[in-house]
Amino acid sequence: MPHQVSVFSENKPGKIERITGALAKKSINIRAITISDSGDYGIIKLLLDKPEEGAECLKEEGIAATLKEIVAIRIKDRPGGLFDAASLLRQNSINVEDAYGFMIHSHEDAVFVFQVQNAKTTEKLLADSGFTVITDKELYLL
Amino acid sequence: MYWNSELETIDRKSLQELQLARLNRALEAASRTSYYKKFFEDAGVDVSKVKTLEHLQDLPFTVKNDLRLSYPDGMVAVPKRDIVRMHASSGTTGKSTVIYYTRHDLDEWAGIVARGIVATGTTADDVFQNMMGYGLFTGGLGLHYGAEKVGCFVIPASSGNTLKQIQFFQDFGTTVIHITPSYSLHLVEVIREQGIDPHSLTLKKAYLGAEPYSEATRDRIQDLYGIQAYNSYGLSEMNGPGVAFECIHKNGMHLWEDFYIAEIIDPVTGKQLPDGEEGELVLTHINREAMPVIRYRTRDLTRFIPGPCPCGRTHRRIERIKGRTDDMMILGGVNVFPSQIETVLMNTPEVGNNYQLILERVSNLDKLHIRVELNSSMFHGDLKELDALRKKIGEQLRALITINPRIELLEPGSLPPSMGKAQRVIDNRKI
Repeated sequence: MPHQVSVFSENKPGKIERITGALAKKSINIRAITISDSGDYGIIKLLLDKPEEGAECLKEEGIAATLKEIVAIRIKDRPGGLFDAASLLRQNSINVEDAYGFMIHSHEDAVFVFQVQNAKTTEKLLADSGFTVITDKELYLL
Repeated sequence: MYWNSELETIDRKSLQELQLARLNRALEAASRTSYYKKFFEDAGVDVSKVKTLEHLQDLPFTVKNDLRLSYPDGMVAVPKRDIVRMHASSGTTGKSTVIYYTRHDLDEWAGIVARGIVATGTTADDVFQNMMGYGLFTGGLGLHYGAEKVGCFVIPASSGNTLKQIQFFQDFGTTVIHITPSYSLHLVEVIREQGIDPHSLTLKKAYLGAEPYSEATRDRIQDLYGIQAYNSYGLSEMNGPGVAFECIHKNGMHLWEDFYIAEIIDPVTGKQLPDGEEGELVLTHINREAMPVIRYRTRDLTRFIPGPCPCGRTHRRIERIKGRTDDMMILGGVNVFPSQIETVLMNTPEVGNNYQLILERVSNLDKLHIRVELNSSMFHGDLKELDALRKKIGEQLRALITINPRIELLEPGSLPPSMGKAQRVIDNRKI
């Protein structure tokens, strides 16, 4: 099961610098980053090549960071590529709480990363329906 | 276990006789000082007419400003050569207030501090690390001499220098600490950052004092360290720490009534309140040669806890200090004490140990802005959870203070840590 690192952050200049600085010092690579904010504060979500190590090094810096289970699937980089997966989730009443996507350099495939209530059953459902679910090891090495 | 069983368990009648004898001695000494001589004359009172403890109520109150006006030595009742020490308040709002002690006074003071220490079960086998500031402030030296009297191994660590404090815990096997509640909450975070489990330390007890705090904060400190925390009360005008101390029952602090005559008054009318009612504590020091202080308005709010204590001490207990009369915030016409807000915050596990209250006036309306740190270990990476947390705190506080506070969640460690007395309230209102 892949994990992202979710970081609590005040909505102020210098916060991303502090987090990315701590990761850079430990040679941890960021695959994707997204921020959801709620006014004064927000949560910075980081897809890292070494999430456990990343979360640990942020905690050592006194930053509130936690590992969060995610589901990642590989989809075709073409119109309607995400539609099939979204339909399957809707048919099974699975709510996507938070999501982001990114392209893989070949421009053939894209990756869709999202948070749901029950990641394990969602992964199984997608795999059983023929989607390419990305394992943690694959995801971190993309 | 008592330090001085005869005086600690003295029957009330003998105690009152002792109080009256000591009061008369203190009044006689006071009227010899330049400040009190004029003070009593101006008030038109003749202290030689005080024949019962009730007559004390006919005398005027001494307030902080009287001590400032008497600066440097207008209240000193003995020749200078008999004085062996002074302490002084910081004097941030005016001249310092200076307190004087003879050798006998210091010995007596150490004696009541020893009573308090022994009442919590501490013995000569304990290692006592005193983390209150040494110097003009009474917090450090006050407990120091009491702990030495008991025979503890005393480490005069003073406040600050956090890493060294932790090193000492480990190297000397500290079992008892004396610390402000706010600094203890900062210290425990640093202990954890060092990769040390606070429960693995040899600590057994903490004496908490020098700032008002809530029962919820005590619970939190006890849980975080895995220790027993005892309340200690004192003020430099009455010597310093040791005026009142909790015993093992932790239900109010025994106020040593052979040293102090305590009254609870209505802070507005100045009239004595019936036993058990909450009001301002007024203390008369009846056992200090160098500097008697009569009916001193402490500005601390508390009440007497009715009934005897199972420990057998006959000295009445005062409840934990709710706040100071001058700490009271009036928010939109409602009286609020910071300790009430602290109770809500410290009962919320998701909230860290540090907080700040900022008062502002926006278009003639009082606004309360509460800044709290998030507790890292309770963070699950969920934005909705954080919004729900803010809402929960807001609703609990609204029930208490009627106005709607703005709650700001901060990253852990973003508020300035306390090394001594914490500055929690910032009032930006222009009146």
